[in-house]
Amino acid sequence: MAPVVQIKDIHKIYDSGEIPVHAVRGVSLDIHRGEMVALMGASGSGKSTLMNVLGCLDRPTRGTYLLDGINIGELDRNELADLRNQKLGFVFQGFNLLARTTALENVELPMLYGRHRKHSSKEIRQRAMHCLDIVGLANRHDHFPNQLSGGQQQRVAIARGLVNEPQVLLADEPTGNLDSRTSVEVMGVFQKLNEQGITIVMVTHELDIASYCKRNLILRDGVVVRDEPVPNRLIAEHETRKLKEAEAAAKLIAHNAA
Amino acid sequence: MRFTNTFRVALRALRRNTMRSILTALGIIIGVAAVITMVSIGNGAKAMVEAQVASLGQNLITVMPGSFSSGGMRSGFGFSPTLFPEDFDAIAADVEDIDGASPEVRDSQQVLANGLNWRTNVNGVGPDYPYVKNWPLTAGAMFSDQEVKSLAKVAVIGKVVAEQLFPNEDPVGQNIRIRNLPFRVIGVLGPKGVTPWGSDQDDIVLVPYTSHMRRISRRTSVSSIQIQASTPETIDKVKTAVEDLLTQRRRGREPDFIVRTQEELANTFTATNRTMTLLLACIASVSLIVGGIGIMNIMLVSVTERTREIGIRLAIGAHGKDVLTQFLIEAVLLSTMGGVMGVLVGIGASQLVAQYMGWPILVSTLSVIIAVSFSASVGVFFGFYPARKAAQLDPIDALRYE
Repeated sequence: MAPVVQIKDIHKIYDSGEIPVHAVRGVSLDIHRGEMVALMGASGSGKSTLMNVLGCLDRPTRGTYLLDGINIGELDRNELADLRNQKLGFVFQGFNLLARTTALENVELPMLYGRHRKHSSKEIRQRAMHCLDIVGLANRHDHFPNQLSGGQQQRVAIARGLVNEPQVLLADEPTGNLDSRTSVEVMGVFQKLNEQGITIVMVTHELDIASYCKRNLILRDGVVVRDEPVPNRLIAEHETRKLKEAEAAAKLIAHNAA
Repeated sequence: MRFTNTFRVALRALRRNTMRSILTALGIIIGVAAVITMVSIGNGAKAMVEAQVASLGQNLITVMPGSFSSGGMRSGFGFSPTLFPEDFDAIAADVEDIDGASPEVRDSQQVLANGLNWRTNVNGVGPDYPYVKNWPLTAGAMFSDQEVKSLAKVAVIGKVVAEQLFPNEDPVGQNIRIRNLPFRVIGVLGPKGVTPWGSDQDDIVLVPYTSHMRRISRRTSVSSIQIQASTPETIDKVKTAVEDLLTQRRRGREPDFIVRTQEELANTFTATNRTMTLLLACIASVSLIVGGIGIMNIMLVSVTERTREIGIRLAIGAHGKDVLTQFLIEAVLLSTMGGVMGVLVGIGASQLVAQYMGWPILVSTLSVIIAVSFSASVGVFFGFYPARKAAQLDPIDALRYE
């Protein structure tokens, strides 16, 4: 089966300043269905630029990018928007939910654009509820983002990313704004989705987060310097259990001391 | 994105900043309210003038003395003694398509009756006068041709005079004294109200013009001749016939009379009125434009504030067109709601003006429709630039915007 993401010798040069910035210098990459890839690198390594290209938000200066067999270099602005709507799901570092809009309506948002506009509002509602159920927030569907914790907001964002059944779920530092406990929780959601066959690509600079993934890519100065499978992959479920035990122990000690 | 959804999103965005939305719409509200009120006042005034002009009589043609020169000295229009009862007789006898005609000799006299007295207009007229002026009697009858010919001392009095001189009794059959001569009251005129130029038409005593000229004013000329054409279509024909006849009677002398139709009179009033309405509408339009700029300003602020939201929408697949529609609908909604509010405020203000200033008011449906659709197009016009700005944002930049 052909890889869902096929990148060949991609370059991205920013021309806006006085000196052109060569952010990505020749990256080639295949990502197959069912993979869970962490894209790592220090800031300035070009990982965000690569992520924008992968997300069809930006076009490469040179090189080709085939997403699910479609050459995105040949698409115009609106066709790219449709492609993002249908083939990609986005999870952002800052959650980027619409304020004063319920969790359910946030999840419905991608279905209001693109090919789904012909769905009835009842179908849209059902699908959105289903996705909220997957991330375990069905009971909070009528809450506004400011009534949800960071982890819950990110799970709503993941549900929004899933709602159009994308080929690839792209996450840009999905745990960047979360504490370690909630990060594990969110990684648990990603791992569960990945087990169900959803391809996930995430950008992170945290090594422990990357070790929940199946494959790690390290970028430096716009080139891939390391591409390897994760040897001792962490399983979120086990980590959560360990954390819970540790917390219980801490409470016990605190209780005894008192 | 479906229209209902876009509509809901726009409504929610406006509700989020209720105070700001109201203040923004205020410009439009004031503009539209001003237009509605001004046009209502203008229409009311126009309707009143039209009603008053119509009350003067129908298909009315007035012959007035023109300028004449005597020994090199030229008089002005209207006051020179150039129209005579013979002119009236000639018109009544020779001009076709007239339903009635009457001369009018105007004077002001002290009238006595019952130990009361009252200074009023004492006019000498012909028997056709009430008919020509569309002015029915409420009691008694008008004097006849016979009474005109015989210089009878009879009078028909207006409502005001009846009230002043005969507060408690029926004036018909009573005597009034004008210039110390007794005149028998044979009729009372119905109420007619105030003329467009402000004089009370009911403050009047009518006597046969012959009696007036011989016994009261001792004048030889008449103040005017009122003619009623049989149909509106014949007005111009009658006017020409009267002009020709009088010119012929002047035997080559310079025409010393003017013939005016009622229409010409009404036109003067409506023209003044139209100018005023137009002027006020211009002022109101300026405030609508200012209101529109307010909307544009707030929409630009809104686009900047919601850059991230726009970024999210673009990233998950909104087309530029979807974002454009969203913001455009928001602007149109804002201005249309302002327009509707403005109409309500305008109607309310018109009612207040009607109640407290006593001005006649006529709220026209057309002005309401025009005002609302104009405010909607203000929304489209001034909302387009901010909406396009939002639609053209780059999703990456928009998402990164803090």
